[in-house]
Amino acid sequence: MPTTEIDLPYRINYLSILDQDGQVDKSLEPQLSDELLLKLYRVMLLGRRFDERMLILQRQGKIGTFAPVKGQEAQVGAAAALSPDDWIVASFREAPVEIWRGKPMELILLYYSGYNEGGHIPEGLNLLPVSVPVGSQMIHAVGIGYAMKYRGQDSVVATFFGDGATSQGDFHEAMNYASVYQTPVIFICQNNHWAISLPRNRQTHSRTLAQKALAYDMPGLQVDGNDVLAVYKAAKDAADRARRGEGPTLIEMVTYRLSMHTTADDPKKYRTQEEVAAWEKRDPVTRFEKYLRDKHILDDRKVQSVAEEVKQEIGSAERRWSELVENGVSPLAMFDHAYAELTPALRDQKEMLKRELEEKRGSAEKTAVSRD
Amino acid sequence: MPKMNMVEAINMALRQEMEKDDRVILLGEDIGKDGGVFRVTDGLLDKFGAQRVMDTPLAESAIAGLSIGMAVYGLRPVCEMQFSGFSYFAFHQMESHASRMRQRSQGRYSVPMVLRAPYGGGVRALEHHSESREIYWAHTPGLKMVIPSTPRTARALLISAMRDPDPVVFYEPKALYRAFREEVPEEEETFPIGKSRIALEGSDITLISYGESLRPTLEAASELNDKDGVKCEVIDLLSLSPLDDQLFIESVKKTGRAVVVHEAHCTYGAGAEVIARIVEKALLYLEAPIRRATGFDIVIPLYQREQDYLPGVLRIERAVRETLAF
Repeated sequence: MPTTEIDLPYRINYLSILDQDGQVDKSLEPQLSDELLLKLYRVMLLGRRFDERMLILQRQGKIGTFAPVKGQEAQVGAAAALSPDDWIVASFREAPVEIWRGKPMELILLYYSGYNEGGHIPEGLNLLPVSVPVGSQMIHAVGIGYAMKYRGQDSVVATFFGDGATSQGDFHEAMNYASVYQTPVIFICQNNHWAISLPRNRQTHSRTLAQKALAYDMPGLQVDGNDVLAVYKAAKDAADRARRGEGPTLIEMVTYRLSMHTTADDPKKYRTQEEVAAWEKRDPVTRFEKYLRDKHILDDRKVQSVAEEVKQEIGSAERRWSELVENGVSPLAMFDHAYAELTPALRDQKEMLKRELEEKRGSAEKTAVSRD
Repeated sequence: MPKMNMVEAINMALRQEMEKDDRVILLGEDIGKDGGVFRVTDGLLDKFGAQRVMDTPLAESAIAGLSIGMAVYGLRPVCEMQFSGFSYFAFHQMESHASRMRQRSQGRYSVPMVLRAPYGGGVRALEHHSESREIYWAHTPGLKMVIPSTPRTARALLISAMRDPDPVVFYEPKALYRAFREEVPEEEETFPIGKSRIALEGSDITLISYGESLRPTLEAASELNDKDGVKCEVIDLLSLSPLDDQLFIESVKKTGRAVVVHEAHCTYGAGAEVIARIVEKALLYLEAPIRRATGFDIVIPLYQREQDYLPGVLRIERAVRETLAF
């Protein structure tokens, strides 16, 4: 028998609506209300300023290690394309998405300053906590999507991960399951080009990450990941498809990590300043600001007032964070939430820690008295 | 002898063995150009090239599985898990294949590989970066599990691990990476896998520990000596599997009392096995119940509370005093 070609109707599109100079493609421009556009701008800016503030706090030793998001703020476009009933399963570089969803910034600060209480997800927010092991969380989104479908709801779930995660077996398992069960999942790969020191082209030999969708027969596309309008549109289209029961989509956001992997890392060791500078020109926030100025949604005065509001908001989050720390509960809280109910062994261990803490306090007081 | 910290000592062990043996290949995430997130493999890419120092794509299971294939074919892979908290992706490969290949093939194949991973708390890190779950490996038949406690033991044990005919999991106490320096001889030194050592001689009570926990154990021993004149004998296990029970059994026969210290969780931790061996082999020498000073049976908390979680001098001293007062 001769070899016959299997006709796979497949191609990868690259979607860009707002270019790096802020010029918009009118034919693709999503028709969003001024209010939504302004909110997108506000949260992107908040994400940027909060990230910058966290880096300062980290350098001052007031918070611990965290993963800066600078350059990837257009991710909020994906969150904006969802409704509050939809779920979000993120990794660890999605603070702007969490803020969009309503996660209080004081909790984010509390978490990164080493208090488990900061991991709390307020009631009503359909958001899973930070997931650190790379690539491990996408399959949870598939499970949530399956449950939504099982319950006959038309909600969808978006899961975020990076280029490095696509090398994990768990990524392929999640993609396959989502496809087999046709779950309403949007896989959002933030290709920021660097998995710590490993560049994207050494992470996978594939020309795009989006094409990995081909293996699972799901739509895959690339978008300009620094173009919030393109991210919004791609996510909205994928959400609409999922809601119609047409299954999962893979979106590759082509973006760039302008800052370090985490604050424990020095990118100078593995990449050039020229490369970073080239990507700084494609900043997602500045091009969107230009677009909104052209649409007369922003002017100098409004830009200034948004910047001021953002500053105030971060300031008051920091104050609430300080209050939480000052009125902080005792270290005994480490036993909370281990199980629904403490086991007998844990009750003993908690008692042991209580005695230790009293002893420590006692000797600290003794030292203080002897100093007097 | 040059004085070096644990990072430098491990780097030296890798470098010297790679110079001697072209079968040794390093692989892992960010170990090449970046030199590893703790700089343990710094400079090795430049010296040995990308074929022997592999910056792999991000996939811990693949790193372990690839190592198994290399080892079966006669190479001596040393793979790095960036943090032990991410090694569970690789656990499946290690448990299902590395540990079983020799038995499954009835001796035809073996898997002489080393899986290195920084473990343990005390560096104010994020979740999954501070845990101490060595027992998963030590409980797995077919794997060996070792943990050094000083730069010199790290270097010597790693050389032995790289030459071992079976798969060895090598945990590195990350809180000790740069904590102190020690003289490490430039000439070759090995330390047999499956042997423990006496870290401090004493006669009143035996303290058994390993890894990072050895440091507070020695501190507690020193305080107990200064304050109460108690002479603690401190045993550094070094190998959890195979476990050398000879040294601590002899010690307990001499002192009649024992406390086991580890930052890993208490329940089913190394202490449970150590105590079982003592009960099996030296019960009638015991003057008091054996106590454990360990981490609690909860996920190690984020950094504000990790020092309250870890077994510090206070917890160790209390356990010792209770044992002595019995």
